[in-house]
Amino acid sequence: MKASWVAEKKSVETSLVSGAELFIQGLQNENVDVVFGYPGGAVLPIYDALYKAEMKHVLTRHEQGAIHAAQGYARVTGKPGVVLATSGPGATNLVTGIADAMIDSIPLVIFTGQVATSVIGTDAFQEADIVGITMPITKHNYQVRRAEDLPTIMKEAFHIANTGRKGPVLIDIPKDVAVKTAKIKENSDIHLPGYQPTLQPNILQVKRLNEALQLSKKPVVLTGAGVLAAKAEKELLCFAEYHQIPVAQTLLGLGSFPADHPLCLGMAGMHGTYAANMALYDCDLLIGVGARFDDRLTGNLDHFAKKAIVAHIDIDPAEIGKNIQTEIPIVGCAKETLSALNQTAGEKGDTSDWVIHLSTYKSEYPLTYKTDENELKPQKLLQILHEVTKGAAIVSTDVGQHQMWAAQYYTFSAPNRWITSGGLGTMGFGFPAAIGAKIGNPDLPVIAVVGDGGFQMTLQELGVLQDWELPVIVVIVNNKSLGMVRQWQEIFYEKRYSHSLLDIQPDFVKLASAYGIDGKRAVTEEEVREALTAALSSKKPFVLDCVVTADENVYPMIAPGKGIHEMIGVRG
Amino acid sequence: MRRIISATVLNESGVLNRLTGLLTKRQFNIENITVGHTEDPAVSKVTLTVWVEDDRKAEQLVKQLHKQINILKVRDLTNMALVSRELALIKVLTTPDTRSEIKMLIEPFRATVLDVSLENVTLEVTGDSEKIDALIELLRPYGIKEISRTGVTAIPRGTQKKVLELHPYSIM
Repeated sequence: MKASWVAEKKSVETSLVSGAELFIQGLQNENVDVVFGYPGGAVLPIYDALYKAEMKHVLTRHEQGAIHAAQGYARVTGKPGVVLATSGPGATNLVTGIADAMIDSIPLVIFTGQVATSVIGTDAFQEADIVGITMPITKHNYQVRRAEDLPTIMKEAFHIANTGRKGPVLIDIPKDVAVKTAKIKENSDIHLPGYQPTLQPNILQVKRLNEALQLSKKPVVLTGAGVLAAKAEKELLCFAEYHQIPVAQTLLGLGSFPADHPLCLGMAGMHGTYAANMALYDCDLLIGVGARFDDRLTGNLDHFAKKAIVAHIDIDPAEIGKNIQTEIPIVGCAKETLSALNQTAGEKGDTSDWVIHLSTYKSEYPLTYKTDENELKPQKLLQILHEVTKGAAIVSTDVGQHQMWAAQYYTFSAPNRWITSGGLGTMGFGFPAAIGAKIGNPDLPVIAVVGDGGFQMTLQELGVLQDWELPVIVVIVNNKSLGMVRQWQEIFYEKRYSHSLLDIQPDFVKLASAYGIDGKRAVTEEEVREALTAALSSKKPFVLDCVVTADENVYPMIAPGKGIHEMIGVRG
Repeated sequence: MRRIISATVLNESGVLNRLTGLLTKRQFNIENITVGHTEDPAVSKVTLTVWVEDDRKAEQLVKQLHKQINILKVRDLTNMALVSRELALIKVLTTPDTRSEIKMLIEPFRATVLDVSLENVTLEVTGDSEKIDALIELLRPYGIKEISRTGVTAIPRGTQKKVLELHPYSIM
């Protein structure tokens, strides 16, 4: 494979090639198999080159759909998602997705068209300073000034996006740069003196952690998306089993440790399990792996892991000590660090009492809800989803109640099957992300679990399902409200439901039908089960509108400003 | 506390924007900032003075700056033995009576007169910020018309005799 492109590259070295063709070659060099995008004036030369190259391109119905699809693709494949949009509004429509990818460390390479270099800075038609706009929400960004720079910039961009702490990189290409021809430089090796991510951990710190492990009676591991990004699930399992340490996960870390494992405590944080949160509260050694201790996880910092020695393993040194005081800082890739820990593991500490103690919490305070025969409970809906798909589906969500129920009740036993907007909390993320996930992993069933509010933000992407006949199943958790907003208004604002009730909504089944997609409205558990089973076997796109209890709340819950041990609604 | 941070950056457009944008995003307030070329034309040096609440914030600042792709090296010079200088241009009102008095006054500060007119003189003074502050206070009674200060630029001394509180950053 590699030899063939070297040969190909040599053959064109002498010829003049346009910026747009260099762009295509750059994508081919990176083995890009799909581009998510939307055309427009400034990217016409690039789209022309795409047309000639027969590069697979998914035309979404809005640029936001394109970038979320690329995020879903990146999340399940581990490869950078590639996005292409035009200048001005095309580029600004990507901003939400860029910010989302930045905060959740999702590798993306985003190409935006730009007005010609001769008119940049003159407020030309469809001009926006996208490099300036996206500076704080990209890992890095570029504006290409000369066509001959494009190959090096693309190489750098893919490298930066998918190494170290992953993230979005944007490349802004002025229209004339795409048109101008350039000689291909023989040597377009990248040189990034200011970017050398640390992968190998400091052996001294590894030793310190091993020593702490021997003394610890109540250790807990908290795993985040960093474990998934590093593909370190096996090393994590080996580490936890050897030392017999219970494992809690962050929202984005779900799937990093098998949910059905006896040492698994489930999700921690604002809507986490009692066992996971109490473990974080009570532990004497907290080992954070690829997690960034954000406020939705820790609750009030004055009560978070106060009795513990904190060890933090992260590829990004800036995360260590950012939110919590860290005694054992380990900068390194989760995979390398965990294997170093496994290789140098000393004697085990005695954690048996602690493990038993937490198991009691697990059995005595499980996630629970009140059942009602006359209504479809959203929690039950997610349990049915798990049952019908045998827990093997890729599930994507927006943000809010349905997201939390999916995190709580669709338990993940394998990595890279959970796609959710964690840090930014983007409504409208789940459905387009599911499209990208299906394209990235066509073998597994893909289910977009969305709220009735969020779905209405990006439902135009039904056109993509129709277009590509993608068997994505959209499950609308329909409570006719912006559920999480409504829940907070109920609890903290004396039930003043200010603009959170969506009584007026479209007939989602008819809407699907308008796109030539089958749909069904389900109000009972049986209807859900039947429709899902049929949809899964049909291998066709499907929209399932599930009418659930409208005033159901997500519990347990840590109220804002409260400590991680002060959960409300524990027993349901 | 006041921190003097030195950053070596690639001499590319947008770097300063990225750097100051980062400080805004993370809520650091820049007191002053200087940028200039170094011995390598591809590399510039930024010296900035910032107010931070505590050591942890200072560490965050260094780490966040270091994360930027086109920032090559970041050093917190605050607790190092260093030479730091600032230049100020000061325009002071004068009368025939005060002109020679001012000349006497500025002598110990090694300030020089750059421009003289009938109503005022313009002085140049170089030194650490405290020295410049002192001179300004001294001249204030005469009536200061205009001040222009460059901000601090700094370099660590060749010999570091005693480092009071060098923080073991976990970057490397």
